[in-house]
Amino acid sequence: MNDVGQDIARPAERSLAEAGAETRNAGRLARLRRAATASSVGTIGAAIVGFWVFCAIFAPWIAPYPPNQVDPALVADPYPSADHWLGVDHLGRDIASRLVWGARTVLTVAPVAVLGAAALGTMLGLLAGYRGGRTDAVIMRVGDTLLAFPKIILYLIVIARFGASALNIVLVITLTAAPIIARIVRAVTLDVKNRDYVAAARLRGESTFYILAYEILPNARGPLAVDFFLRLGYTIIAIGVLGFLGVGLPPPDPDWGGMVKEAYGMIFVWPHMTLIPAAAISSLVIGFNFLAAGLREAELDG
Amino acid sequence: MPRYVARQLANMLVTLLVVSMLVFALNELTPGDVARKLLGPYASQEQVDVLYEELGLDQPVAVRYAEWLGKALTGDFGESYVHRRAVSEVLWDRLANTLLLAAVSFAVIVPFSVLLGVLAGMRERSPIDRSVSVFSSVCASIPEFAMGVFLLAIFVVWLGVLPGTSPLTTSGGWPVWSQFVLPVLVVTFYDAGYLISMIRTSMVEVMRQPYVRTAVLKGMPFRRVVTRHAMRNAIITPFTVILLQLNYLVSGLVVVETVFAYPGFGRLMLEAALAKDIAVIEAGALVAVAVTMLTQLIGDLGYMALDPRIRV
Repeated sequence: MNDVGQDIARPAERSLAEAGAETRNAGRLARLRRAATASSVGTIGAAIVGFWVFCAIFAPWIAPYPPNQVDPALVADPYPSADHWLGVDHLGRDIASRLVWGARTVLTVAPVAVLGAAALGTMLGLLAGYRGGRTDAVIMRVGDTLLAFPKIILYLIVIARFGASALNIVLVITLTAAPIIARIVRAVTLDVKNRDYVAAARLRGESTFYILAYEILPNARGPLAVDFFLRLGYTIIAIGVLGFLGVGLPPPDPDWGGMVKEAYGMIFVWPHMTLIPAAAISSLVIGFNFLAAGLREAELDG
Repeated sequence: MPRYVARQLANMLVTLLVVSMLVFALNELTPGDVARKLLGPYASQEQVDVLYEELGLDQPVAVRYAEWLGKALTGDFGESYVHRRAVSEVLWDRLANTLLLAAVSFAVIVPFSVLLGVLAGMRERSPIDRSVSVFSSVCASIPEFAMGVFLLAIFVVWLGVLPGTSPLTTSGGWPVWSQFVLPVLVVTFYDAGYLISMIRTSMVEVMRQPYVRTAVLKGMPFRRVVTRHAMRNAIITPFTVILLQLNYLVSGLVVVETVFAYPGFGRLMLEAALAKDIAVIEAGALVAVAVTMLTQLIGDLGYMALDPRIRV
């Protein structure tokens, strides 16, 4: 059943076929630049992502106030003003400062989680595709079992048991994303492992590691790059959702989903406290998805 | 065909068994915690010990798992200590509510995304295609809670034309149907974004087929080419995806249910996770996985029915 259904269900895997796997000569940066300039969508995406990355890196210098500085006197008039140009929240904390620091949080946790998933998934996918047989069956079977859990339910189960922390969020995201990435890499591996240049490498007496890492893996670069940005988008949503549900990063450090949750009950009185962080997280995800779209177009054209 | 279904069902049972073991092991491998969790941090050690024996927690894990599984097979999932009722009573009520919300959303999402997807895909890179693609990409990018908050700010806080919560009772003064509008809208925007792009991609591929070109070249009106020749084939591929959305709709509604205080399955699971209501978590996990796998199976069957080239 999985063969019919799941391949269609995963956009990244489809893009594999679309993108073709022949992009080995372009450097990584060159391709990113092409993604950012190939289409207006890609450019917009790059601009949005660039803005938040800038905020995240320079948070200590940009943020006008400490993110957790409480000032009850300000709550009397929490709306945007010259001093607090996005206003303050229900505890009198400066929203702009919390946004900037929140960017740093999400742009640290999400890439770490996605890179972890990519590393694990790539390794398992290469192994499953190259070895075949029982190795393949076991790896894919375990992956399918993990995928059978609706993601958010799996998060809830794990977090109910082990509590909420940045590490647990990273682990859970790694666990749920790795099987999908493994599928992408496995598909590429199956496709190229019988080509002549792989056979040549084997005859030369190269080690399995060399063949996997230098002969086969480069073919998966294109699809993996597109998947990386799409997955960053999903992961940011996931982190936001966990924060909103109250099982995300522990307070008081700023986390966009958590900010929405804290102010949500006051939306009738002070809507800006909820709307601003909600807009921030939406814009970042849009940025990554646009960037992925631009990248895919660059892959198609190049 | 019957053999295929039988094999998939057997496959499903095995997966469910593995899942049940995993979830059970995760929650009950250290049984001391269970009694402690049930009684809270202020109970004395004696009380914990008494409950420990009452629950049979002094038995080995394998024995307890077998007992739990035996009861679960008869539909008895134990008692929720938060709700103080049998898990099965709470669970099926909540699941029915979620299925209702899912069904309504599904009825809106599918026509909406087929329409936009076909419109976008029939002329690749046309202005319509560009705008629909950007629209669907933006929709799929906005997390449900953010979309919920935006819609809430517009329709409830600003215009005041819709209720902000959906408890499914009329005590708030709003008719029940109006309580569905915002949750369904949120789900539609989020989910349709994905579906539209799937259907668009498929439509683009179909429009490149020789038989479509033939139809156009022999002078058939474009509208007829699209509706008669292309559309049916364009919908086959995303069909499975459409059915997979059912699965998202059943278990992915946690966020929407939380935003609008809708008494559904997702919120039950969230509350159970926060309160460490183990019996509910275990039963809910099984139900969620079963629903996922069933929809996949139905999807595959429907796919085969639609496309006779695929045979097992």
